[in-house]
Amino acid sequence: MATVIEHAHGHPVDEGEHYVPLEYTEKDDSLKIFGFWLFLTQDMVLFACLFATFVVLRTHIGNGPDSESLFDVKGFIEETFILLTSSFTGGISTFYMRKKRAIGTVVWLLITAALGAAFVSLEITEFLHYISIGATMQTSAFLSAFFTLVGTHGAHVSVGIIWMISIVIQILRRGITPALSRKVFIVNLYWHFLDVVWVFIFTVVYMMGVIH
Amino acid sequence: MSNDHDTPQITKTFHHEKFPWQGIFGYILSLALTAFSLWFGLEHAAQYGVILYVIMGLAIMQIFVQMFMFMHVTETDEGFPWQSLGLVSGLVFVAAIVIMSIWIMTFGAGVS
Amino acid sequence: MPPSHLSHWGLLITGDPLIYGADASIALASIAIVYVLTKYKKWKWLWDEWLTTVDHKKIGIMYLIAAILMLFRAGTDAELMRTQLALPNLHFLGPEHYDQIFTTHGTVMLLFMAMPFIFALMNIAVPLQIGARDVAFPYLNAISFWLFFFAAMLINISFVIGGSPDAGWTSYAPLAGSTFDPGPGENFYLMALEITGIGSIGTGINFLATILKMRAPGMSLMKMPLFTWSIVATSILIVYAFPALTVVLALLLIDRVAGAHFFTITAGGNPMMYINMFWIWGHPEVYILILPAFGVFSEIVSTFSRKTIFGYKSMVFSLLLISLISYFVWAHHFFTMGADASVNSFFAIASMLVGIPTGVKIFNWLFTMFRGRIRMKMPMLWTIAFIPCFTMGGMTGVMLAAAPADYQYHNSYFLVAHFHQVLIGGTLFGMLAAMYYWWPKVFGFLLDERWAKWAFWMFNIGFYVCFEPQYVLGLMGMQRRMYTYPSGLGWTDLNFISTIGAFIMGLGFIFLVWDIIYSIRYGERDLTGDPWDGRTLEWSLPSPAPHYNFAVIPHVTQLDHWWELKQQGRQDELRPKASEMRPIHMPKNSGKPFLLGLAFFVVGVGFVFEWYALAVIGFLGVGALLLARSFEAHPDYHIPVDEVVHTETALGRL
Repeated sequence: MATVIEHAHGHPVDEGEHYVPLEYTEKDDSLKIFGFWLFLTQDMVLFACLFATFVVLRTHIGNGPDSESLFDVKGFIEETFILLTSSFTGGISTFYMRKKRAIGTVVWLLITAALGAAFVSLEITEFLHYISIGATMQTSAFLSAFFTLVGTHGAHVSVGIIWMISIVIQILRRGITPALSRKVFIVNLYWHFLDVVWVFIFTVVYMMGVIH
Repeated sequence: MSNDHDTPQITKTFHHEKFPWQGIFGYILSLALTAFSLWFGLEHAAQYGVILYVIMGLAIMQIFVQMFMFMHVTETDEGFPWQSLGLVSGLVFVAAIVIMSIWIMTFGAGVS
Repeated sequence: MPPSHLSHWGLLITGDPLIYGADASIALASIAIVYVLTKYKKWKWLWDEWLTTVDHKKIGIMYLIAAILMLFRAGTDAELMRTQLALPNLHFLGPEHYDQIFTTHGTVMLLFMAMPFIFALMNIAVPLQIGARDVAFPYLNAISFWLFFFAAMLINISFVIGGSPDAGWTSYAPLAGSTFDPGPGENFYLMALEITGIGSIGTGINFLATILKMRAPGMSLMKMPLFTWSIVATSILIVYAFPALTVVLALLLIDRVAGAHFFTITAGGNPMMYINMFWIWGHPEVYILILPAFGVFSEIVSTFSRKTIFGYKSMVFSLLLISLISYFVWAHHFFTMGADASVNSFFAIASMLVGIPTGVKIFNWLFTMFRGRIRMKMPMLWTIAFIPCFTMGGMTGVMLAAAPADYQYHNSYFLVAHFHQVLIGGTLFGMLAAMYYWWPKVFGFLLDERWAKWAFWMFNIGFYVCFEPQYVLGLMGMQRRMYTYPSGLGWTDLNFISTIGAFIMGLGFIFLVWDIIYSIRYGERDLTGDPWDGRTLEWSLPSPAPHYNFAVIPHVTQLDHWWELKQQGRQDELRPKASEMRPIHMPKNSGKPFLLGLAFFVVGVGFVFEWYALAVIGFLGVGALLLARSFEAHPDYHIPVDEVVHTETALGRL
């Protein structure tokens, strides 16, 4: 069936029916992008297991608080809006990357990372608040599951921020090479994926935790 | 590596955008779905089970919006988008893991 | 829990002669290795050729060596257990020590012997079979190996430093939690498996990408060798199942070191969720272990019967169907946990269904052999031994799948006999068959048949003598994981016979190792690259293959392309022509995968002993190495055409 094809001889075709985006122009690139999709697939299973654990344990509150008494609607609406917007701005950076506009790419990547940092700091504040009122990971199974699921997502976002900054540095040094265009595309795939996971955290953890 | 075609076979899965319309559209749609989910969950006076199905449905819709509009999930430079097959089958297993775990773990349903 | 008669001097375990013996062996072996490397000035060679390699062929060799060493280690565990159980009321091993030994036996055999053996075969054979120059991600391939290696180091040092895990290879909560099993032992298990699990996921991603995207032109999916197809199915299982292991072990670790309540018996914890999630991984894992063996058998049966495999399409379909069904049977590992009847019924039926595509494969192998021109070389011998052995093991599996009956069999020696029969008769026989089959391609010489036959017969006879009595013991009520048993129950004779079988198997292993040592010197050299008159592309290359594999990528037109060309006298079409050669793009060696493994080892030690500063340092090392790789602009180079011409000429190909 499919075989590796010689791409438009190493340079992007910008217009018309033979358009190939910049990040697919090197032979290696489509392979690495595909490999990353496979990585995302396994990460999806990883989060699914954390979700399954959370759903099974969410009513096991022991002597601790339940979700309704804990979650602040305004807080998670903010987090959701910020992360969704950052996913959108990441997409804009891909758009500029495909036009080989280094400055545009860098600016929108930095905006995305900054929004991500805002998200993480809101989340840390939220966690510290719970801890301060005695709702820790050690309090009950529900809380162990909550902190682990949401915390794992937050850790993924933090790694993404560092990754984006490292790509920004590389672009500032070398401009938008085909290899770097692929890296921009891949980090944005990662970032979009994390927002998709957050849609489920928003729904299954927070919304299900506050509706009656 | 050599190829077995005379001309590069590039299928029309890429479309060239002059302005990021897809991204903007996807963003607005996601915002709308999230807002609706919030309103329905918090303000609407429906039964718990109904709310659950509705917000889950909205979440799944938003997944598709983001997969197609943000992640360009079907883009491929050769023939078949294997990653889509991988994701779809992954989703099947994910659903199986979550649903069947809940089924298995709801103990005592048949035991007195 | 501190072992009953073992004590600690700092972290070192004391109080047992076996452990002192292990200490001495480790020390002596380490000194010997350092001495030999220094005396023959081979440190640079080790670094340049092996520690920094990204070549799939070398990585395959390293996995193979590791697998054989771990077979020895876990096999020794088995001999110790069988010695303890030969007669009732023995105290050769105390209960705590026995628990550590069966735990490490299972863990090492499954994850540090069978998995690396499979990864060895994947690395050795798949790129060559599909006409590729390497895997999709050679750097990741090296990382996967070094993560496995350092995880193996972690689990192996636990014996002498800190104490081995002792809660079984399945490490069930709440027994494995911090309340009932404090100390570093269980943490060794968790960290070693987490680390090797990450490596395994990398391998799954790598080989899926390789096979789907790097096949030679003309090799459509339905023209691929069946071993390669089996690796597609295996890789899909790896990618979808291993994350569950990563999660469940992480949650248990968080329970143990952070005091969380996932699987505790207080504050809402639910130990049954551990068991549920462990087997979500655990069941696909055993299919990961058997599918490559099925692929190997397909190659060997058709090669040594000189016939195209019977029913190629149904073979492919059955591989994929087995993979699919294997995700829907996991609850059969805990029928007795108390889920309701509808749950148990569903999983019982699904478990029985998986026998059907398996049966299709067995019949197809038999139909291939029927009216074939069979040559009884070692690979074929092992294949023929597999068929009755695995079939019997599979049938006892269907017996176990009947949920009500399983209430009798569960965790008895009946179960122990079943899984050893399918794992040894299926996986191990397949690995050994593959080892004899591909050994000439890897090393350039064949393994001597005489010694191999001794190993084969000892191992087979030993297997049946060891394990068939165990079915009866299970039906008589003997439970697994018992360190001793009372006399007067009628169990003594069968246990004694079983122990004799175990030692015969041990003898078989010794013959296997002797065969390797003997053949290095006296084994018949493989001068043509095609010692078996093979069917698939790897046999069109010299043995061992040059580091770039194919000087010119072949164009494939049919299944068993190499065989068909030979039948038509056209085999020279696959000899490279100087005019067709181009510079070959290759990845550079790198020391970072080795260092990444080391960094993860540091993280592992940090969590095992709860020295969190060390774990943080390890994580920082991991992050630094990942960033360093990201910043690398040119991790590759080109082999110039004249070098390729020179190499091919020296190999007699031009």
